[in-house]
Amino acid sequence: MTAGPDQSGVAEPWTVVRGQVLRTALSVGVATGAYGLSFGALATASGLSVVQACALSVLAFSGGSQFALIGVLAGGGSVASGTASAVLLSARNMVYGARLAKPLGLAGWRRLVGAQFVLDESTAVALGTERRGPAAMRLAFWATGTAVFVLWNLASLIGAVAGNAIGDPRDLGLDAAVPAAFIALLAPRLRDRPAWLTAVAAALVALAVVPFVPGGVPVLVAALVPVAAILVSKGRRG
Amino acid sequence: MTWAAILVTSACCYLLKLGGLLVPRAWLENETVQRASALLPIALLAALAAVQTFSAGSRLVVDARLAGVAAGVTALLLRAPFIVVVAVAAATAAAARALT
Repeated sequence: MTAGPDQSGVAEPWTVVRGQVLRTALSVGVATGAYGLSFGALATASGLSVVQACALSVLAFSGGSQFALIGVLAGGGSVASGTASAVLLSARNMVYGARLAKPLGLAGWRRLVGAQFVLDESTAVALGTERRGPAAMRLAFWATGTAVFVLWNLASLIGAVAGNAIGDPRDLGLDAAVPAAFIALLAPRLRDRPAWLTAVAAALVALAVVPFVPGGVPVLVAALVPVAAILVSKGRRG
Repeated sequence: MTWAAILVTSACCYLLKLGGLLVPRAWLENETVQRASALLPIALLAALAAVQTFSAGSRLVVDARLAGVAAGVTALLLRAPFIVVVAVAAATAAAARALT
């Protein structure tokens, strides 16, 4: 499907490139499996059925958004605010897609299937492979997307069945596991000062409005923080 | 209602991914869009973490969850993998709850 000679002129044997790309894809897939286990367990502990948890993993296939949806619903937020939080969180995938579209050159059914594989992980591995030529990049995208899809969904199912066997999720401290999961997803993004400032400001804004708005809405209000920050910095630069 | 949330979320997530592959790259390449797309998940994840740690309905409370999250952050600082961070947070909160 994507294998083929490296056409970029880089003097690397294709078998070596392919081996390295496939190993990276598999290890990324295994790592996301751990997220999947946590997601499945927390989803059913938050009140989703096993089928619902698995449907979300197959259809939404967007880890952060899935955690956001179950987190908001479990915290008493409305379906609308949970959905809005989840969708906002996956808006970054659109930017990834725009970055990947040309180098991957997807068309027809490949574009329709490949769209589901546009993720943090597949984008990172594909862009990391870009210098090794278009064939390597396409292989990186498809292999990572497939590995993550298979292992994420398998792990979600196992986690969901395990989570379903749990009585009161609070007894096991799962209500603390969800925010810890969000922090673990957040940590790698805190690379510079604007990122830290945005995180702290968003957390404070969300907490400040908790007493005044319905559940789930504080997170949406906090989504305005980066918008405000960008407008302010633009205004300053004139 | 949960199914509605699942299906709407899934449809929107898919359309965002597909939309990215379809729109001209230049549309999403300007600096403001790039910065917003980097900062938006940071704001959402930080807000979700804060609200899930401290809110109980429309009140802010300090309870066993904070102990769990603090333990999870400690595990994170020690470079523990994701599943260990989550498990440490849960176990600590459960222990704190059992003890109080």
